[in-house]
Amino acid sequence: MDWIRKMKKIAVALTTVAAMALPAIAHANSLKVGMITTLSGGGASLGVDVRDGFLLAVKQSNNPNIEVVVEDDQRKPDVAVQLADKLIQSDKADVLTGIIWSNLALAVVPSVVNQGKFYLSPNAGPSALAGNLCHENYFNVAWQNDNLHEAAGAYANTAGLARPYLVAPNYPAGKDALNGFKRFFEGEVVQSHYTRLGQDDYAAELALIRATDADSIFFFLPGGMGIAFLKQFAQSGIDLPLLGPAFSFDQGILQAVGEAAIGVKNTSQWSKDLDNEANIGFVAAFQAEYGRLPSLYASQGYDTANLLISALANAEVSDADAFRAALKAAEFDSVRGDFSFAANHHPVQDIYVREVVKEGDILTNRIVALAMEDRSNAFVNDCSM
Amino acid sequence: MSIVLIAEQILNGLQLGVMLFLMAAGLTLIFGVMGLINLAHGSLYMIGAFACAGIASATGSFWLGLLAGLSAAAAAGAIVELAVIRRLYNRDHLDQVLATFALILVFSEGTRWVFGSFPLYLTPPEVLEGTVTLPGGIIYSRFRLAIIVAGLAVAGGLFLLIGKTLLGVRIRAGECDREMIAALGVNIGILYTLVFALGAGLAGLAGAMVGSIQSVQVGMGEPVLILAFVVIVIGGIGSVAGAFVGSILVGMADTLGRFLFPVFFGTFMDPSSAMSVGSALASMLIYLLMAAVLVFRPQGLFGHVGA
Repeated sequence: MDWIRKMKKIAVALTTVAAMALPAIAHANSLKVGMITTLSGGGASLGVDVRDGFLLAVKQSNNPNIEVVVEDDQRKPDVAVQLADKLIQSDKADVLTGIIWSNLALAVVPSVVNQGKFYLSPNAGPSALAGNLCHENYFNVAWQNDNLHEAAGAYANTAGLARPYLVAPNYPAGKDALNGFKRFFEGEVVQSHYTRLGQDDYAAELALIRATDADSIFFFLPGGMGIAFLKQFAQSGIDLPLLGPAFSFDQGILQAVGEAAIGVKNTSQWSKDLDNEANIGFVAAFQAEYGRLPSLYASQGYDTANLLISALANAEVSDADAFRAALKAAEFDSVRGDFSFAANHHPVQDIYVREVVKEGDILTNRIVALAMEDRSNAFVNDCSM
Repeated sequence: MSIVLIAEQILNGLQLGVMLFLMAAGLTLIFGVMGLINLAHGSLYMIGAFACAGIASATGSFWLGLLAGLSAAAAAGAIVELAVIRRLYNRDHLDQVLATFALILVFSEGTRWVFGSFPLYLTPPEVLEGTVTLPGGIIYSRFRLAIIVAGLAVAGGLFLLIGKTLLGVRIRAGECDREMIAALGVNIGILYTLVFALGAGLAGLAGAMVGSIQSVQVGMGEPVLILAFVVIVIGGIGSVAGAFVGSILVGMADTLGRFLFPVFFGTFMDPSSAMSVGSALASMLIYLLMAAVLVFRPQGLFGHVGA
């Protein structure tokens, strides 16, 4: 009953607005957050999770001075740019967040931070924003795009996978993915196969893989592409171990993939079974609030909101230098455990290897290994900060 | 590169082709008989997949789901024809495009409202799981083989329906001269609704079958719709035989292009650039094919001049 939750959220937002109107607390640190995320179209499940995780943290903070305006970018860069202008100019937002896709982030973030506003990325981490386009007001709370792929390459070394066949869509993030995988991988790559973005039939690729002597498959196929690939892989009778970043094995889509995913190794900076107090509380609260298990995206939305709340406790957003320092300090309990920012405002964090397992009737992930410890990113030196 | 691999890729091309035919047949029938451009055809494909996934998970039976997918799409098609499309026959194509585009948005958000934003689970029935070894040692997915057989059977049935039955005679007559068959006493309203429901049912069937090996999610119909339009432009708009030939051509060109282009460029380039040039060109191939057909035979392979 999605609409009931929506009504609840509107009610929460209205109460927040009403509370802000009270003169007694008008001097407290107030903050307006503009969230641009994808709530309709093919990629909506990611945006819904980021939004729900973010709003859960705001609700838990019991802080009446935080107001969140949520907008739907429909996964279109032009719409996202218009929404950013609207949120800054007419809603007077202090901080923007929410964008899922790297191409939208590249369209929106530079102009937002150049207008003196803050941007906190809960998902997209394109290399340009970590390198030469980095900015003091831009913080990435998820990962740099290459991170999970780098971890997969590092894990492949220790797991003894010597001849992987790599598959990714033919677009910038796909190329980043395969470059990321190769950065720490020491074996021999059989083929770097680029498929069409949005392709949903992989019969031709699977037939080619069958005809090679590859000993494993690494793939980065986010969203529906990954679901299609996994189902067709299961039907193809090819018996090779699969490895990929967490995006294709996330809570939101695992149920759609079904048993075909069981046993697949995937790399992630977060997992439901990470044993720390913040995460245990988050998983329980998310299930209680929304009636489903949280995903990686939900955890990123939740961490983004908690970072913001922690900064607000120590500084006012009107004092940009103090607020920036408070964000940079990252004094919040991340559901990932240890979390800090590198010089280019991207996370330094552990990246794990998870395995898809079945718990009762639910498919989910559990951690099986640590792939990289305190991983920063490859672009710190390209950033002038 | 072995003969077995080439044979497997040809089967893959054929499978993509017959799936496209199920989509394109409805699209081309609707254009041929009613002169309507139906952009919402992809939504009917999506409805077929969602109905199949919903019923299959509720009852545990893929076959009931398949039946539900077909009938839900056909019913949705009939309702849409009666409620909306009927008012558009006398309008120009731009009005039709606008209205049917609006229907895409309505169906997409409606489906999200009912089923939520997350992709649904749908998997082939157990008898069609796994692979089968064909003569010559070709290992092929049982379910894909079933799609080929089912698609060819539906194509055969459709040709019989159009060529040998009274309904078929009326459909063909409607393609030739709409006003005349109405003047001859055929209830044109019922005929239009039937043709629309038939086309929608075929799209629903395709959605239900393909949903089992792809992702059942909102927006899954539009990429297929674009391919189906390419097919009917190549085959000749309004021609079911053209839709069949166009579908097989597009299916083969797309699959074999993805497979052979990197190999071809690999003979004189280094492997990684051969792969990127090859896959970039392969994704353009069907559009190049369409452009070539438009240059040399603008009415399409089976189209009539001036139709």
